[in-house]
Amino acid sequence: MTVSIELNGEEVSTEAATLADLLDEKGYNGAVVATALNGTFLPKGLRAATPLSDGDAVEIVAPMQGG
Amino acid sequence: MDFYGFEPSSRLFLGTAQYPSPAVLGEAIRASGVEVVTVSLRRESGAARAGQGFWELIRSLGVRVLPNTAGCHSVREAVTTAEMAREVFETDWIKLEVIGEDDTLQPDVFGLVEAARILTDSGFKVFPYTTEDLVVAERLLQAGCEVLMPWGAPIGSGRGLNNVFALRAMRAHFPDVPLVVDAGIGLPSHAAAAMELGYDAVLLNTAVAKAGDPARMAAAFAQAVAAGRAARDADPMEPRDMARPSTPVIGRAMLGDA
Repeated sequence: MTVSIELNGEEVSTEAATLADLLDEKGYNGAVVATALNGTFLPKGLRAATPLSDGDAVEIVAPMQGG
Repeated sequence: MDFYGFEPSSRLFLGTAQYPSPAVLGEAIRASGVEVVTVSLRRESGAARAGQGFWELIRSLGVRVLPNTAGCHSVREAVTTAEMAREVFETDWIKLEVIGEDDTLQPDVFGLVEAARILTDSGFKVFPYTTEDLVVAERLLQAGCEVLMPWGAPIGSGRGLNNVFALRAMRAHFPDVPLVVDAGIGLPSHAAAAMELGYDAVLLNTAVAKAGDPARMAAAFAQAVAAGRAARDADPMEPRDMARPSTPVIGRAMLGDA
C-alpha cells in the first residue's frame, strides 16, 4: 500500500509500512539519525513498530555544525 | 567549578559552524586544546548523508559535545530537538536556545524557563542560553539548571561584553553557580575580560571560524581564557581615580632647584 507523507518538508509517496522501512527505502540505512513523527520525538527503538499513515510529517535529522 | 560534574582543563568552549572546511575546523580544535564543542542537528537527506562525515570528524577529535537547539523558536521545537540530540549524540547535555527575536537572536526567556523545566525533569543537563537578567537566572536555577550561560552580546556580533555591569552583578549574585559567557565575543581580549570577571568559561564560534586563520585565532583565544582565569585567581587590584607613583619616592636624589 502506498501512503503519502511529508519527509523533511517534502511530499513523498512510499511503500514503507513503518518508519524503519521508510529509512531503509530512502537510503538512511546505517546512518546516525534521529527521527520525529508529527513534531514528537520518536526513539530509534520504536521505529519498526511505528506505522505510517497518509499525511504524517516525518523529520529525519543528523549531526551538523553548530554554535 | 565543574559543569555537571565535568571539569575541563580548557575553559574555552568552541562552536563548530562556519569554518572554511572540516579540515580547518579540526585544526582549530586541536590548536586550541578545547575539550567541549557545540554541535547541532539538521535535516539529513538519505542520498547526500552530509551529517555522517561531520560526526565522524568530531568523534575522531575526542572532544565532548554540547548539542544545541539553535533556531528553535518554541518550547515544543526545543524539547523535541533536545530529545533527538540526546539519542544521536549519546549525551544528556543540551545547550538550550529558545529564540524570541530575530534581529538580536535574543532568547525568549519565558519559553526558556518552561523548556528548561521539562528537560531537567526528563534527565537532561541543561546549559541555558540566557540574558544577564537576574530574575530569569533565578527561575532557571529553580527549573533545575546547574549552569547559566548569559550572552556577552548578540550571537555573531563580535561586540564583546555589552553589559559588564550586569555580568559582574550576575557573578556576585550567584557565586556558586558555574557561569559561561556565551555569544557575542569578537576578540581574545573580550574572552579574557569575561574570565577576569570571574566567569567559569567562555563559549564562542564566529570569532574563530571567521578569522583569517581560524587555528591561530583559536590558540589565541585559548591563551586569553587561560590568562584571564589566572588573573582572576591572582586577585586583581582595584582601579583608582588618582595617579600613584609606582617607583618609590623615598631616597630619590635631589637634582633640581627644589
